[in-house]
Amino acid sequence: MSAKPRIRVPDSARIGEVIEIKTLIAHAMETGNRRNNDGSIVPRLLLHTFEAKFAGTEVFRANLHTGTAANPFLSFFMKVPGPGEFEFTWIEDGGARITERRALSVI
Amino acid sequence: MTDRRTFIVGLSAICASMGCTSPIAAENGQGNIRAALKALIGEATPVEGMIILDLPEIAENGNTVPYTVSVESPMTNTQYAKAVHLLAPANPLPQISSFFFTPLSGKATVSSRMRLAQTQEVLVFAEMSNGTFYTAKRPVKVTVGGCGG
Repeated sequence: MSAKPRIRVPDSARIGEVIEIKTLIAHAMETGNRRNNDGSIVPRLLLHTFEAKFAGTEVFRANLHTGTAANPFLSFFMKVPGPGEFEFTWIEDGGARITERRALSVI
Repeated sequence: MTDRRTFIVGLSAICASMGCTSPIAAENGQGNIRAALKALIGEATPVEGMIILDLPEIAENGNTVPYTVSVESPMTNTQYAKAVHLLAPANPLPQISSFFFTPLSGKATVSSRMRLAQTQEVLVFAEMSNGTFYTAKRPVKVTVGGCGG
């Protein structure tokens, strides 16, 4: 499918602190409107959903449509409830999933 | 009092005034945006305000236009911004993205990158936890359109 996503989260934070999370994943995000050189339509292939969970609870979710650029980048925030593990999931058309985990400790 | 119909008529007027190059694409866009809006916010009447949409005034490359959306909200367990929807009415398919926040988000701010086929006004709709809707729009001039025509 695609290369390993790049994720930037702090290693540690204070409880109650609002931290920024940045993710970037290499993906063509084919819209299904584009044509090859031979005139045939390139079939739609999007990462249609992104989910961010922390310690099992949903923090943020995105539905990505054809208007989202290739190699989708997302930056969002979380108010740190305590130590735990992030789980980031991208879901591609057809159901393939990419999941990444990151631990966060509390100062 | 603005109802949904006058709002849509307003949208058409905006699109027309922006000079949509392809009448067919524009017509499709209008049909699509009505359906897309209904699916996203139902029959709600959004009020202007509460949203800051940060977009470049001129996008040289429509394939990747960076943006940031912020909704003014205290983001507590009882009062928070629930969802944000972005639409580009003059794209072949108007939906850009939808974002869903939780009280754990801390801040209803998100940044990403969009595709824009041509110069147009980008629309944002925000849904709050109490069921109210807000809207904002920003014109963007696109030098080279995206969407791989």
